[in-house]
Amino acid sequence: MDTALYDGLRHFADSWGLVYMMVIFVTVFALIVRPGSKARAQAAARIPLDDDLPNFEADK
Amino acid sequence: MGATLRNIGWIITLAAGALFTLILSAMGQDAPFRIQMGLVTAVLALGAIILMRRPDNPVRILAQGEAEGYFDSPIRVGSVLTVFWAIIGMTVGVVIALQLAWPELNFGPYFNFGRLRPLHTSGVIFAFGGTALITTSFYVVQRTSRARLISDGLAWFVFWGYQLFLLLAATGYILGITEGREYAEPEWYTDLWLTIVWVAYLVLFLGTIIKRKEPHIYVANWFYLAFIVTIAMLHVVNNLSVPVSLLGSKSYSVFSGVQDALTQWWYGHNAVGFFLTAGFLGMMYYFMPKQAGRPVYSYRLSIIHFWALIFLYIWAGPHHLHYTALPDWAQTLGMVFSIMLWMPSWGGMINGLMTLRGAWDKMRTDPILRMMVLAVAFYGMSTFEGPVMSIKAVNALSHYTDWTIGHVHSGALGWVGMISFAAVYFLVPRLWARTQIYSLRMINWHFWLATSGIVVYAAVMWVSGITQGLMWREYDEQGFLVYSFAETVAALHPYYIARVFGGALYLAGAIVMAVNIWMTIAGKIRKEKPIATAVTLQPAE
Repeated sequence: MDTALYDGLRHFADSWGLVYMMVIFVTVFALIVRPGSKARAQAAARIPLDDDLPNFEADK
Repeated sequence: MGATLRNIGWIITLAAGALFTLILSAMGQDAPFRIQMGLVTAVLALGAIILMRRPDNPVRILAQGEAEGYFDSPIRVGSVLTVFWAIIGMTVGVVIALQLAWPELNFGPYFNFGRLRPLHTSGVIFAFGGTALITTSFYVVQRTSRARLISDGLAWFVFWGYQLFLLLAATGYILGITEGREYAEPEWYTDLWLTIVWVAYLVLFLGTIIKRKEPHIYVANWFYLAFIVTIAMLHVVNNLSVPVSLLGSKSYSVFSGVQDALTQWWYGHNAVGFFLTAGFLGMMYYFMPKQAGRPVYSYRLSIIHFWALIFLYIWAGPHHLHYTALPDWAQTLGMVFSIMLWMPSWGGMINGLMTLRGAWDKMRTDPILRMMVLAVAFYGMSTFEGPVMSIKAVNALSHYTDWTIGHVHSGALGWVGMISFAAVYFLVPRLWARTQIYSLRMINWHFWLATSGIVVYAAVMWVSGITQGLMWREYDEQGFLVYSFAETVAALHPYYIARVFGGALYLAGAIVMAVNIWMTIAGKIRKEKPIATAVTLQPAE
């Protein structure tokens, strides 16, 4: 077994790989909690409640 | 005319498929392979005959889709099949619980515990849970995208293709075909078929999202999509194997040793994370606001729940391999990520429960909502217990004992089962345009039977598991083990009998549901006292 490959991948994973994941996660988090997103989020939350349903009698 | 032509295409494809599998059956190298290919031949030929017969057979009537609007026919079939698979999977569960309590009930070779156990696990996870996921995802993606599924034909292919996979998997276990990989037992050709079906599922789901009329992609669809994409990746990597013969049922994994074990548990734990959690969270985020009649508590929390779950879950698998040949850092990594999972799991649970803010009174009058609340509560409980068990010191006691079985069942019966039952109760009256369910009181009965079943099952397995773990590691002052293995088995016998009772209660609840769903579809309404017993105070004379 080629341990150099294993070591290389392992060190990549816990350095640049970790940074890459963290940056994406922190960006997503910042986008969600930024002040301007609240109104959009509240509108999106109503999507299941506002569906007008051509097939359904029960929901009318 | 167009419909006829389309059916001709399907008839030719099914007939050609039947001929192909018939040839495979004739050339097969081993008996189980020949039997399975023969079975597929029969199924495909039957499909072709049903499509050829005109015009009013039941399957065709059921399949008569809406030409306009949402495409609900596969969802109707799926709701019924979800209930069917629940009964099958849970019945087998009670049977194997009986076998553990009374080993004389092993009728070999076809009905040994070893063959029935994967039939139970796949029966409840992939047949019951999987059918519920595919069915509800078809429903939710159409409503929240305000768009019809991109293709009726593709939807039917995904639906029946998945059922064919289930049939091959289930019959394979009885015939003794297995890769020996937990929750991934089916052999290479069944795996290949599932891969084809799953790619079609991804195309169908993603295509419907792409052509959506609603600008925003609702969070439930994110969870469903994560489930579809991740299961595709997990399934393909974990099942990389080389068949002994292209006409035989045996294959060998391309990995070996500890790499093979880690691949398996990377798959196994993420099957829990993305099949049994992400997909059913998609259900929660649609059906719970729907049933409560109010939006989810915090939409922004639901997005954070999603991303945090996705980022953390994928690393938790190594906690299944504590104290093995797996490198120590990998075990610690698995443990740490499992503990971090507390945060998104509890965030999601709080989000689900708080959706009822200001509407808690509905818990008294709406047994469907009560089921959903119980499901979310069990989601919280089992995602609390899981990280505790992943801590190495706790795992030293809990691993390989019945505690694990208890943990799995509190998640599966409490969370996955209850949220699926609630979704079926929600869907059936709407899909068949009934004004109400046959009997609300029977849902109440189902709720209490299932809840008592879970409580008995989980409590008994805790006691049994901890007893087992403590007996295994008890040693005397000279360092000898105090108990032989057979003595620990004997000590567990009463708990195994109690477990049968818990499982039977849960199964009884599912049977009550089957009757209720059947009668609702038949259009009947049970004469009963209304469940809403609001306390109305008499005005003073």
